[in-house]
Amino acid sequence: MFVLVEMVDTVRIPPWQFERKLNDSIAEELNKKLANKVVYNVGLCICLFDITKLEDAYVFPGDGASHTKDEILIGKIKGCSPEGVHVSLDFFDDILIPPESLQQPAKFDEAEQVWVWEYETEEGAHDLYMDTGEEIRFRVVDESFVDTSPTGPSSADATTSSEELPKKEAPYTLVGSISEPGLGLLSWWTSS
Amino acid sequence: MEVKDASSALLSNYERWGLTMFSRLECSGYSQVFQLLTDLKEQRKESGKNKHSSGQQNLNTITYETLKYISKTPCRHQSPEIVREFLTAMKSHKLTKAEKLQLLNHRPVTAVEIQLMVEESEERLTEEQIEALLHTVTSILPAGPEAEQKKNANSDGTMDEEDPA
Repeated sequence: MFVLVEMVDTVRIPPWQFERKLNDSIAEELNKKLANKVVYNVGLCICLFDITKLEDAYVFPGDGASHTKDEILIGKIKGCSPEGVHVSLDFFDDILIPPESLQQPAKFDEAEQVWVWEYETEEGAHDLYMDTGEEIRFRVVDESFVDTSPTGPSSADATTSSEELPKKEAPYTLVGSISEPGLGLLSWWTSS
Repeated sequence: MEVKDASSALLSNYERWGLTMFSRLECSGYSQVFQLLTDLKEQRKESGKNKHSSGQQNLNTITYETLKYISKTPCRHQSPEIVREFLTAMKSHKLTKAEKLQLLNHRPVTAVEIQLMVEESEERLTEEQIEALLHTVTSILPAGPEAEQKKNANSDGTMDEEDPA
């Protein structure tokens, strides 16, 4: 889930920081720029690990291979919607388990707005609810990056009150699956 | 790098796309990230920096939340020595780096979990090997905060992995 990534970047240090140790200023600027932000095709940036080199242009080959694919993670159910089950890791919230990737058969309880695994045994079906707050173990099956940067300045003299707001899209989302033995709510699989 | 003119209220291309070159170095275990963020927190505290000024709210948020997440896992108690001991013991089990990392991060205690984390485990591991793997994992890696609580509450004789004879 966590990966060390080497990047090349140019940072501008404001004049009033010149007297501080250069590395500290640079570290501060890099963290300000990157921490808690999604970097396209890389992921959610946590923090600066180390500054290895300070110099002019140095090119590294980009590695676009997905590293999170197939990984098992444990998160908490944030809620359910017809789109599926929404899961959160404390520092990252945009995870969705779509209906087809739930333990089957599954149904969406409209009244309670919750997905239910209709677990079948010899005695009949037990309804297992995927409640908010429950810990859930899932497999990452896909990740997607969306360019959410603004596409252009909205007209500065727009006077109309009904200005179309772009739909807020997450720049980085993970798609998960729980359709394997051992996946789903932790409580489903603990023996004690 | 292209910079939009100053009159625009949007982020300049420089700020958006400044990072165009990157390469992945290695995957880090939860415990290493935990250590890194804990050290960073200490460092910033010691340097007397007022973390509320200087616009480091994002760093504060992501650090706090990531530490919170990892604190709930067994990795909270993993020292570098434990990690080293674990990786040494794992040499005989012939797993990939990614698989070892999953075991390290999750400390599986059941065969089903092993099967999730080891690709094609039915073909690569016998039942005995899975048991041996579980034993290595549970004996070297400390249990998580929840498991500790459960263990302490288990006074009704229900079976734990270590059932006293």
